[in-house]
Amino acid sequence: MNLELIQNLLPLALALTLAVAVPAAMMILSALLGPKHDTQTKLSTYECGIQGPAIEGDARHHFNVKFYLIAMCFLVFDVEVVFLFPWAVLFQKMAWGGFFSMVAFLGVLAFGWYYLLKRGAFEWE
Amino acid sequence: MLTGENIVQLVSGLLHWAYAQAGISSLAGVIDPIISAVVMFGFIAVFVMFLVWMERKVSAHMQSRIGPNRVGPLGLLQTVADAIKLTIKEDVKPVNRDKVPYFIAPIVAFVATFMGMVVIPFDKGVVVQDLNVGILYIIAITGFTVIAILTAGWSSNNKYALLGGFRSAAQIISYEVSLVLSVVPIIMITGTLSLSGIVEYQKQAGYWFILPQIVAFLIFITSATAEANRAPFDIPEAESELIGGFHTEYSGVKFAMFFLGEYIAVVVSSAVAVTLFLGGWLPLPYLDFLHIPGFVWFLAKLLLVIYLIMAFRWTFPRLRVDQLMDFGWKVLIPISIINILATAVVWFCLYGKGAQ
Repeated sequence: MNLELIQNLLPLALALTLAVAVPAAMMILSALLGPKHDTQTKLSTYECGIQGPAIEGDARHHFNVKFYLIAMCFLVFDVEVVFLFPWAVLFQKMAWGGFFSMVAFLGVLAFGWYYLLKRGAFEWE
Repeated sequence: MLTGENIVQLVSGLLHWAYAQAGISSLAGVIDPIISAVVMFGFIAVFVMFLVWMERKVSAHMQSRIGPNRVGPLGLLQTVADAIKLTIKEDVKPVNRDKVPYFIAPIVAFVATFMGMVVIPFDKGVVVQDLNVGILYIIAITGFTVIAILTAGWSSNNKYALLGGFRSAAQIISYEVSLVLSVVPIIMITGTLSLSGIVEYQKQAGYWFILPQIVAFLIFITSATAEANRAPFDIPEAESELIGGFHTEYSGVKFAMFFLGEYIAVVVSSAVAVTLFLGGWLPLPYLDFLHIPGFVWFLAKLLLVIYLIMAFRWTFPRLRVDQLMDFGWKVLIPISIINILATAVVWFCLYGKGAQ
């Protein structure tokens, strides 16, 4: 680690310490200072007055696979987007050569996007 | 002339004099960042309280109500009263929770957004730490919000909270892509990732990027609103179907941390929008003879953008989930990619002869 990097990151580390310590301290203080009138009903899982297996019971249950699919799409697209950043910084120096490489790169991405679109990955029933 | 940079120099001069008096000059490199971080923390705390009051006043005005008007002048102390009330409330801990993640999630929600403020330049030289990868850092650190929301939803062990957390995460990651893509054209034009560098470029160029990049600005504001889970994109918290979304089981200070995090997220995205598209601390064209300090311009623009986001909330009806996903993946992402390519082509047509 060189000195300049440490000097750059020190304020961030100090701000991070502050940002972790103050909320944690407030939450612990509030737990100590606040009233304590625990009842079993109050501490049970909140179900908004609706009874039945759809609402009550353990929440670690089957859920829609769609969320997983969206996360996978995000992963692909976000990695591509991260590749765009160094290209964008050097865009003016690379001129047309860099531009056409990126067009080819985005072309592959666009093809993948079109495939996902036609396969209905973005449809939310 | 009074500028933000002069004030910082004055304060730092006074501080260094005080260090010399106390005989701790060698520690200045550590104490200075601590002071700037504390100042930023205090500013954020006060500013967010003001914003909560402002939002209530704006919504009241739009609905022909008066809004908070009892506590303090114009109800300005209403948020302070609310904060005290939330702090001394009973700390309800549902029995089915996962203890450690349940405790950590609100802290992460607060930290992820607050850390974004650290690199925002309020004026020339008025910044806690001017990173040379500022914009990338903000995108990376605010991305942690997703983790906080998923942790909160999962550790509550409540079906409403879990579904709210999943929906919220799906929405945030969907709009994250278009948000990041809308920033890329600015980096292409300026060739730098530093926020101060981008403002300096706008000063030299003589125009703000909202003019050539109006499309990117609109995509950015839309995506930022969706990222902050604010109406019209507030499906994760849709009260009528999911009670409170991922923070159903949270109360008191823990709830306040999520609430604060949401407002700081609005401040961070508005501040980034001001820096990238509205010239940061630069004065309005033809008004620089007024000698108004840069941070006043910055705060004025910041409040304007925040007002815009607040106005969205109280004018547009809530979208459905399928409309939300359609809009993100089928409209915003293609438009922002086309915008990047169009920016490249236009740049080559204008300045292409100068490039190697």
